[in-house]
Amino acid sequence: MAFGLTLLASLRLAQVDPRAFFTPGAAASVARFVGGMFPPKLDAEFLHLMLRPATETIQISVMGTVIAVAIAIPLGLLATSSLTWRGILHERRAEGGARWLGVAGYGVSRAVLSVFRSIPEYVWAFMFVRAVGLGPFPGVLAIGVAYGGMLGKVYSEILEGADPGPLEALRAGGATRLGVIAYGLMPQALPNLVSYTLYRWECAIRASAILGFVGAGGLGQQIELSMRMFQFDEFLTLIGMLLVLVTAVDVVSGQIRRRLVR
Amino acid sequence: MYELVEVRKVFRGGDVAVDGISLTVGAGEHVAFIGPSGAGKTTLFRIMNLTLRPSEGAMRFDGVDVAGLSERALRLARTRIGTIYQQHNLVGRLRVVHNVLAGNLGRWSTLTALASLASPRRDAEGATRALAQVGIGEKLYARTDELSGGQQQRVAIARVLVQNPDVILADEPVSSVDPSLALSIVTLLRDLSHESRKTLLMNLHSVELALGFFPRIVGVRDGRVRFDLSAEKVTPELLGELYAGHRDDEVALERFTIGEEFYGRACRPLPGFGK
Repeated sequence: MAFGLTLLASLRLAQVDPRAFFTPGAAASVARFVGGMFPPKLDAEFLHLMLRPATETIQISVMGTVIAVAIAIPLGLLATSSLTWRGILHERRAEGGARWLGVAGYGVSRAVLSVFRSIPEYVWAFMFVRAVGLGPFPGVLAIGVAYGGMLGKVYSEILEGADPGPLEALRAGGATRLGVIAYGLMPQALPNLVSYTLYRWECAIRASAILGFVGAGGLGQQIELSMRMFQFDEFLTLIGMLLVLVTAVDVVSGQIRRRLVR
Repeated sequence: MYELVEVRKVFRGGDVAVDGISLTVGAGEHVAFIGPSGAGKTTLFRIMNLTLRPSEGAMRFDGVDVAGLSERALRLARTRIGTIYQQHNLVGRLRVVHNVLAGNLGRWSTLTALASLASPRRDAEGATRALAQVGIGEKLYARTDELSGGQQQRVAIARVLVQNPDVILADEPVSSVDPSLALSIVTLLRDLSHESRKTLLMNLHSVELALGFFPRIVGVRDGRVRFDLSAEKVTPELLGELYAGHRDDEVALERFTIGEEFYGRACRPLPGFGK
């Protein structure tokens, strides 16, 4: 019932109206757009020229994911309650001092991660373009920060979901906290951590295309240029290249996942 | 080895798991803890292996009050206590060799630990010896979750052997394996701790195994010690009282007292093993 009402209200407010497709103006505009796309521009010179932005897109996604992981590992570990203040590893911890330090680190890292991922990567890119100028670098930073926030949150959830039994056993045998992490926590969590990171990399390829629209380099910037110049034949070629890239990344990450996650 | 004085454990939410237990265990002693499920035996063991902090009362381990221990001293004390759990508590995705070598974590530096995780060859000798002692030497490089329940429990025992503690606490080590395996695992633990003069404390679901293997029996019910006697002084009446109201346990007990020995004649104390 509530769902039905929400749906109806959304339909009205979002001005969902399929009839908009069939007005004479729309039809002409679609025809011009689709007509302009064929044949796609496939001459050697153009393809050669687009090689650079395509590589750039891959580089943005890889470097962005690397920065995201670099942000997510320390913040994600701090944001894992079972490591910082709660649960079996802290049963005998004295109240006060050390415990409050753990709680504080947990709270601060959760808040930072939340800010990082609440601001869309598009907005981050917009801000970084202002800060460091046009080009791939602001795109890398935008993906790094926004995805760092998402990865950190998910890392902490994966780590919190690990079976506490082996951790308790290692702790009871006198292992240090790092020993418990290395022998108990990581072996349990690693497949999921890797798998989710690869998934984020796949998303980063798509995102780096969007980021190009605000001047953060890559194929996206070319797509935006072609659209603005009404070069729809170039547009179709670029979309095709993006499709190839996304598929290639899916295949590569799938391979890595299969080898690591047994 | 252990001195407990009026130890209580109340969990958040108000459940009283241990309700005033006083107990002394000497070095090298072998003691079995029996009682119905939910009696607080597992909580008592988790207090004794320094995982849980008692809510009230005091515990001395080897003469030292553990309440006042620093983080570091606590860790050193833990290296002297080896625990075997009902659920093994191994990491299934790791190879057996790493689960066994994890017994070294109390003395290894983080760097050594990581190096061994990357390449265990250098330290594998200790693991091989421990695995041979528990009878599965050939499983060194097998993935742990590919082993059977009984084999995994042997891996857990090998981990404790590598740790080489003064005390072994075994919490229901045979509840999840079949009877013939249960017998061999309890025998193994008893003999291993006997050879190296370790203190052995074991929670057991089976009264028969407890009476057959342990000179001293502690009956626990509702978080309290009901009796603490040498095995030959434990009477059917005492056992009946201990398990009263727990139907499954009563049935098993009845079969035992009328002489239907589940584990057969193998289940007898070593000669000269009395307290």
